[in-house]
Amino acid sequence: MNEMSNKWIGARTIRPDGADKVTGRATYSADNTMPGMIWGKMLRSPHAHARIRSIDTSKAEALPGVKAVVTAKDVVDFPLDKSVMLGIQDMRWMCRNVMAREKALFHGHPVAAVAAVSEEVAAAACALIEVDYEVLPHAIEIEDAIKPDAPILHEWNQFEGKPSNITGTMVLKAGDVEKGFAEADLVVERTFTTRPVHQGYIEPHACTVSHAADGRVTIWSSSQGQFMVRAMTSLLTGIPQSNIRAIPAEIGGGFGAKTIVYLEPVAVLLSRKSGRPVKIVMTRDEVQRATGPAPGSLMTVKIGAKKDGTLVAAQGTFYLQAGGLPGSPLRGPVGCSFAAYAIPNVLSTGYDVVSNRSKVAAYRAPGAPHGAFATESVLDEIAEKLGLDPLDMRVRNSAKPGDKAIYGPNFGDVTFVETIDAIRKHPHYKAPLDKNPRPGVKRGRGVASGFWYNAGGESSVQVNITEDGNVVVTTGHPDVGGSRASIANVVAELIGIEHSHVNVIIGDTQTIGFSNLTGGSRVTFASAMVATASCEKVIGQLKDRAAKIWKIDAEAVKWEDGMALPAGDNAGKFPPLSLKELAAKANEMGGPIGTQVQLNTTGADPGFATHCVDVEVDVDLGIVRVLRYTAAQDVGRALHPGYVEGQIQGGVVQGIGWALSEEYLYDRNGKVDNATFLDYRMPVCSDVPMIEPIMLEIPNSKHPQGVRGVGEAPIVPPLAAIANAVHDALGIRFTALPMSPPKVTERLEQG
Amino acid sequence: MTDIRYLAPNTLEEAVSAFAAASGAASILAGGTDLLVQMRAGVRKPGTIIDIKKIPALTAIEDLGGGAFRIGAAVAGGVLAEHEGFRKAWPGVLEAINLIGSKQVQGRASPGGNLCNSSPAGDSVPAMVAAGAVVTIQGPNGRRDLPVEAVPAGPGRTTLAPGEIVVCFTLPARPKGASDAYLRMIPRTEMDIAVVGVGVNLTMEGGVVKAARVGLGAVAPTVLLVEDAAKALVGSKLDDAALEAAAAACRAVCKPINDKRGTIAYRTKVAGVLLKRVAAIAAARAGGN
Amino acid sequence: MSKTHVTTTINGEPMEFLTDASSSLLDVLRGPLGLTGTKEGCGTGDCGACSVTVDGRLMCSCLMLAVEAEGKSIGTIEGMAQGGQLHPLQQKFLEMAALQCGICTPGVLISARALLEKNPDPTEEEVRFGLAGNLCRCTGYDKIVRAVLETAADMREAAR
Repeated sequence: MNEMSNKWIGARTIRPDGADKVTGRATYSADNTMPGMIWGKMLRSPHAHARIRSIDTSKAEALPGVKAVVTAKDVVDFPLDKSVMLGIQDMRWMCRNVMAREKALFHGHPVAAVAAVSEEVAAAACALIEVDYEVLPHAIEIEDAIKPDAPILHEWNQFEGKPSNITGTMVLKAGDVEKGFAEADLVVERTFTTRPVHQGYIEPHACTVSHAADGRVTIWSSSQGQFMVRAMTSLLTGIPQSNIRAIPAEIGGGFGAKTIVYLEPVAVLLSRKSGRPVKIVMTRDEVQRATGPAPGSLMTVKIGAKKDGTLVAAQGTFYLQAGGLPGSPLRGPVGCSFAAYAIPNVLSTGYDVVSNRSKVAAYRAPGAPHGAFATESVLDEIAEKLGLDPLDMRVRNSAKPGDKAIYGPNFGDVTFVETIDAIRKHPHYKAPLDKNPRPGVKRGRGVASGFWYNAGGESSVQVNITEDGNVVVTTGHPDVGGSRASIANVVAELIGIEHSHVNVIIGDTQTIGFSNLTGGSRVTFASAMVATASCEKVIGQLKDRAAKIWKIDAEAVKWEDGMALPAGDNAGKFPPLSLKELAAKANEMGGPIGTQVQLNTTGADPGFATHCVDVEVDVDLGIVRVLRYTAAQDVGRALHPGYVEGQIQGGVVQGIGWALSEEYLYDRNGKVDNATFLDYRMPVCSDVPMIEPIMLEIPNSKHPQGVRGVGEAPIVPPLAAIANAVHDALGIRFTALPMSPPKVTERLEQG
Repeated sequence: MTDIRYLAPNTLEEAVSAFAAASGAASILAGGTDLLVQMRAGVRKPGTIIDIKKIPALTAIEDLGGGAFRIGAAVAGGVLAEHEGFRKAWPGVLEAINLIGSKQVQGRASPGGNLCNSSPAGDSVPAMVAAGAVVTIQGPNGRRDLPVEAVPAGPGRTTLAPGEIVVCFTLPARPKGASDAYLRMIPRTEMDIAVVGVGVNLTMEGGVVKAARVGLGAVAPTVLLVEDAAKALVGSKLDDAALEAAAAACRAVCKPINDKRGTIAYRTKVAGVLLKRVAAIAAARAGGN
Repeated sequence: MSKTHVTTTINGEPMEFLTDASSSLLDVLRGPLGLTGTKEGCGTGDCGACSVTVDGRLMCSCLMLAVEAEGKSIGTIEGMAQGGQLHPLQQKFLEMAALQCGICTPGVLISARALLEKNPDPTEEEVRFGLAGNLCRCTGYDKIVRAVLETAADMREAAR
């Protein structure tokens, strides 16, 4: 279904949820109320690391207006000796993340929660809870957490026979790296660091929940998966899933971070104890302090190449900072850093390091930007030292279809070279750049590529024909970036009706079948696949109805442009029957027309991206600004080009912030020093130029519309692309992010 | 729980008397861009909030002729920016006030609030100091005037006596060939607190600097009036040697801290860099006068 | 704990409410007044999601006390469309996909409208600095800026 004669697929239609969003009518997580509702607040640890000896909540409970107090005692325990997985999350860590159990593991770790008649009363009650802490020394940075004498967060964890803060490893191997390096003409090895960065969604976490007297629970909250909300809440409260209805609010940004919950289980416990609906809204301060950012990293990458640029060996050691509980995304740097390249000898090792800061959560291609920063910088250095064009060198080494990827499977299509060529041919790459435009200002250009796995996974869609001949589509995935628009395009196209006659809504856990998370660049991929299957079934039903009316075989009916037609002259001469006419007759002809399809979708191919960026550096102040940015990516098929471009542009700008201005800062007590949007510096409108996306549409043969996932690959190249551009401007390689003005100035002064 | 009183007096006398009567438990509200943030953070817990925006003198902009202006302490930067005459006479003071925060913040933030909040990095203060602004203060013991640089006492503290309210800023008449400018270093292009802020006010005649004042912010507990920098500029044609001497004078008086916004070394270096750039802008504007 | 009675005008309609002195205008809009179109992203004036106009001037409603609304005319996102007719900016944002998750969109639209009312022919740079007080994490700002510039051109054309 990849014809360029499509009417709706590929069109820049108005999204179904658009009018509500531009008029303020769309309801997000904090916008709901329930009758009789009270307010919840969390009490959070003032210490970065402390044993919790006891918690006395009696004074809080006695405060007038307080209706319930909850601590870890009320949360289902997942004992440390048995791993219980929900997707990629281990419930042992999830239960301790929502409420501290044996220890407070970071400043801001929730230790108790109160529900009261107002936020003020709840906050006052929190202040009355007496926690007996045994304060312990803390370690935040990776280097500090892996020192031999580092304070140990989890005494039960051992690494190489000793108590350690290294809680996991991952290794991928190919060939023999020692042999490979011996064959190389040039070997470059560098060590890189990145700071933790927050996903920065503008909507703080919030929820409104009701635990009714009969044990049925309603949860209203935004998330990247209402089925995840239901499952996590069920596991952490002991309430069966069938009794929990998780209704997805519109979501104000997630980027991976809202694929877990912080509030809902606690709110449900408060609601159960108090007998009232409970609303909890995080402040921005709480979001920045106590929700998972992306990990900081310490990485060493060593690559060996022949004189002609052929890569012969690659070795990467990636330490990721998990936060207080295990689970940093090792598969990101370990699997993705070298994946796009056909390197015969690879050793890629990751270490998960716990430290006294909030537990990390997914952030757009988790872990891959880190690894790409290191790898793509080293490749740039190799190209420079060998006198080769950096894009040519990447083409030379690109993985090919059928190659065995470092992370296991054989590649199907590989569209990496196409993204490189797209940059090479683009006017940006060819535009002359004056590197010394005026005194005190230098300019430079850099390129980098990136790889991300993408994903398929479970998805459910219902397609129902209304009695008046229009279409309602119910999908199981929250819409973070305009997926409803894309689904509407597909359904309108397949059924052959006006786009405005298709409405797409998001079901809750009791009204739609299981759907996996919105994330992993999978929503449009999976939903479109399942919507296609649903439409095919519905069209089958419509053909059956027409056949009955005409008293012919169903095989003699075809469906075109929203109408049933006889399939050929032999079928008979009947005037076409429109969707509207068939819908009007539906009940008398057998019942409503509609279907639900649930699939575990497969066939998601990886994402490849290549970016080019021009920067300008104010040498005296050390300020780096992006002048021009072009991002090429294979998107398979852009069902709605506007929203695909948007994913690319948004991911790039997040990468710009990560490269230049965003970082977590801590004081001596392990407290986050910059927990506001004032000092956690994300790009503002005037910080960035227009971002030019090049969408290559090389159809994914395993998808009915040829779609590839797009959401995550855009954030993978920018860190190295910008660092390479700064190197081009200044002749200095930055191996630490962010390249903030004081750091740039310092390096310039060092000469 | 929170039994805060809100008063919005129409006269200065009422405001002063309520403020004095509260004995330190009241906060003055102009734009609220600091007060509300501090209240939310639990850093300030006033028992009474005294909104001074209904007092005519606090929100008036008076053109006193010859470039002299009197600005009410509670005038919002965005309102001041609409005053054509003020923009012509004091572009540096205006841009300093309107660099505070965003357009939204500029709709509320006032020079009086910025001064009395006494953050070492407050954007309006270096330009006000360079302008030679005088603040008029009213308190229980009457009215007095102070040069603006005498008001900040340290981070978060002023030299104002209990019950005193800043009423207005008076900027002096401008001789021909006078203009000013303000620049700050921030990592992004907007929204940040100044890492260093420099205001320069120059009077030029025939390309020679006849008079100069330099205000330097965010590099010491209070904004500094850098007399040595001014001396280095006066009598010069803003040649490289004079600018370097002025920059060196700025660097010499820096007593910054390392914090989440900048390091000591960085701030010191930037003080010098900005001095040169601001002086050039002020001179270009002064030449146009 | 006695509350203050406030009489104000919101989107052209007279309204009254009771409030503590310490509540912000944002608290009251989203709470007792049920106007949840204005969003809280940070509560400290750093993100612009709570942008409203007060007597025509653009402000963060989180930085204003609710009691200060007395006698003022407040403009929120709920009043931007006239009846069922979207404002040209709202329409253009939909046409140009200038929103993704949409949480920043009410604040951005209010700011953009205020920008164009003051400056009907802005340059790209003026638009970018004019919207610098509105954080967006999804779009990278590109389509937002284009939508504002195109709307400005359309509105100038329509005014001829």
